[in-house]
Amino acid sequence: MSHAVADKHPSTLQGARLPRWAPYAIAAGSAVVAVGIGLAAGLDSKVQQGLIAAIIFLIGVFGSAARVEGRRQAKDRLATSLVWVAFLLAVVPLVSLVWTTVSRGLKVLDVYFLTHSMGLIADTDPGGGIYHAIVGSLEQVGLATLIAAPIGVLTAIYLVEYGRGNLARSVTFFVDVMTGIPSIVAGLFILSIMLMFDLQPFGFAGSLALAILMMPVVVRSTEEMLKLVPNELREASLALGVPKWRTILKVVLPTSIGGITTGIMLAVARIAGETAPVLLLVWGNSLINTNPFEGAQQSLPLYIYQQYANSAGSGAAYDRAWAAALTLIAFVMILNLVARGIARWKAPKTGR
Amino acid sequence: MDISTKNTEAPPPAPQPNAAEQKRAARGATRPGDRIFLGLSRGSGILLLVIMAAIAGFLTYRASMAISKDEANFFTAFEWNTSLLPPKFGIAVLAFGTVVSSVIAMVIAVPVAVAIALFLTHYAPRRLSGPIAYVIDLLAAVPSIVYGLWGALVLVPNMTGLFGWLDEYLGWTGIFSWQGGAPRSMLTVGILLAIMILPIITNVSREVFRQAPQMIEEAALALGATRWEVIRMAVIPFGRSGVISASMLGLGRALGETMAVATVLSPTFDIQASLLDPGGGTFAQNIASKFSEASEIGRDALIASGLVLFVITLLVNGAARAIIARRKEYSGANA
Repeated sequence: MSHAVADKHPSTLQGARLPRWAPYAIAAGSAVVAVGIGLAAGLDSKVQQGLIAAIIFLIGVFGSAARVEGRRQAKDRLATSLVWVAFLLAVVPLVSLVWTTVSRGLKVLDVYFLTHSMGLIADTDPGGGIYHAIVGSLEQVGLATLIAAPIGVLTAIYLVEYGRGNLARSVTFFVDVMTGIPSIVAGLFILSIMLMFDLQPFGFAGSLALAILMMPVVVRSTEEMLKLVPNELREASLALGVPKWRTILKVVLPTSIGGITTGIMLAVARIAGETAPVLLLVWGNSLINTNPFEGAQQSLPLYIYQQYANSAGSGAAYDRAWAAALTLIAFVMILNLVARGIARWKAPKTGR
Repeated sequence: MDISTKNTEAPPPAPQPNAAEQKRAARGATRPGDRIFLGLSRGSGILLLVIMAAIAGFLTYRASMAISKDEANFFTAFEWNTSLLPPKFGIAVLAFGTVVSSVIAMVIAVPVAVAIALFLTHYAPRRLSGPIAYVIDLLAAVPSIVYGLWGALVLVPNMTGLFGWLDEYLGWTGIFSWQGGAPRSMLTVGILLAIMILPIITNVSREVFRQAPQMIEEAALALGATRWEVIRMAVIPFGRSGVISASMLGLGRALGETMAVATVLSPTFDIQASLLDPGGGTFAQNIASKFSEASEIGRDALIASGLVLFVITLLVNGAARAIIARRKEYSGANA
């Protein structure tokens, strides 16, 4: 085969190649064939048609490349196509997720929705809003941050600036372990304490569970940031006779404050979407309760779940669930984007 | 000669006070401010340890109270009747469901995530790969309840066609037979979990693949290897342990996932032979859905099942960390 090829193109060192447009043509062709098969066999689901198209595409690429270019090139093309197909396969659900949330969420999301509670509205009726959930979420997440951020940052300072020996090593290990705790287990832990003292659900209990989930994330990210601070800065400050604690407060922390803020904000974004511990500890409430230390509260993720689960398929409740989901995603995404913006803006300048 | 002996003799006395001073300075006990600050930061480190110990202690305590009242075998019983007198409950069904849904998620997510990571590092045009990586980063932050809502209202209706298909061609295996119920089954849960953990596994794998030694890749290309051969011989062997640990992190998340499973699955307390028929349950889902009407023993029983989940995720995460630690040594030796 290679002989014949060499004879045809005596002036090049390359073997025969498929034309540049070949993969695209095969992709288009297989899509058409898949839709055809789908229509002929009466498959109404786009999932199946997509899968058929993907399989035909892979076989087509491999077959044609094997005929024209040889086995090794065919394998290479198959791998390339597989990677592209996998990418497209994964993009479909993720795009669908974002698209559905935005398009269905915008239906009822307006100022009224953001400023009213579910006080007088049954779960199956239209109307109502998420004001009580927003209040609850902000309070619970805020309190959790107030607890977790200082402890997390101080622990990271200990690990980076002071930590030697067994204590530091075991703290590092258990921070790793803590990162993997399922959120529902953190909820059960606080619940077992509440059972011991016979407490009724209240917002702050949720904050405690969220704080447990947040601490290891803050420790990890702060640790990374403190390690980025050049040692020359510390040495220069210590050489001027500044005590170590003032060096940390006035030199190390200000240098890394951007990264630390980013880490904390990403951790906040993570716990803002946690449902399971809130479900166990805060219960949910259709009324506005601004006191996180007494009585059941609502929170955004829990609201979404309850609108979905308690509504017996009512369209109005689903609309509210989507709108709340859109609000929650918007909140998390804005936190993420701002955090990354801060990270880029305040990045420690290394070198000149 | 004289000078050199003098030089060698002179230093020894000097370091001793120096070392002692350094030790004291390192302990930070020289000034009250230092002592307070060290105390605060060490205290919060110790607080973290105390919290971990408290989690294990409290859960074990409540769990032991539940298990001592359990009339059935806690690990093998196929029922969950905590309101009976005496109560009977066991975690066999939950353990099975948790493992099955996570395994399905891993089987789907790991190859796809690796492929996407390779796509981003070795296939995609530069201009495309940056923004895509950024978006995937953001998707990792989407709350699980939103995935659950999407799974229940969008994914489930779209699964019927696929389920019919699987039943028609693979139904004879028994695993893929389908009686036509709503597709709120273990397979759907597994697919949803796969979609959820995809961004995490992709992100970590991408970092690992990006660190693959460029020189070796270029050398392979120069010898005439195709792109696939470069990846197979230079990139994947380098990134294997990284991918394994990334997968373990994803597995840890899939095992403990609560809300996405609770919204999608229609649970029953038994083991279904088929992955397509609704039924079964997972640890986390069972806690979330049984919790609100549970009696005190019921809650303790749920806490006991939570303790089992806690131990399982600890083992999985510990294994992932161990692999990462080993890789660090490996890459350090080669640096």
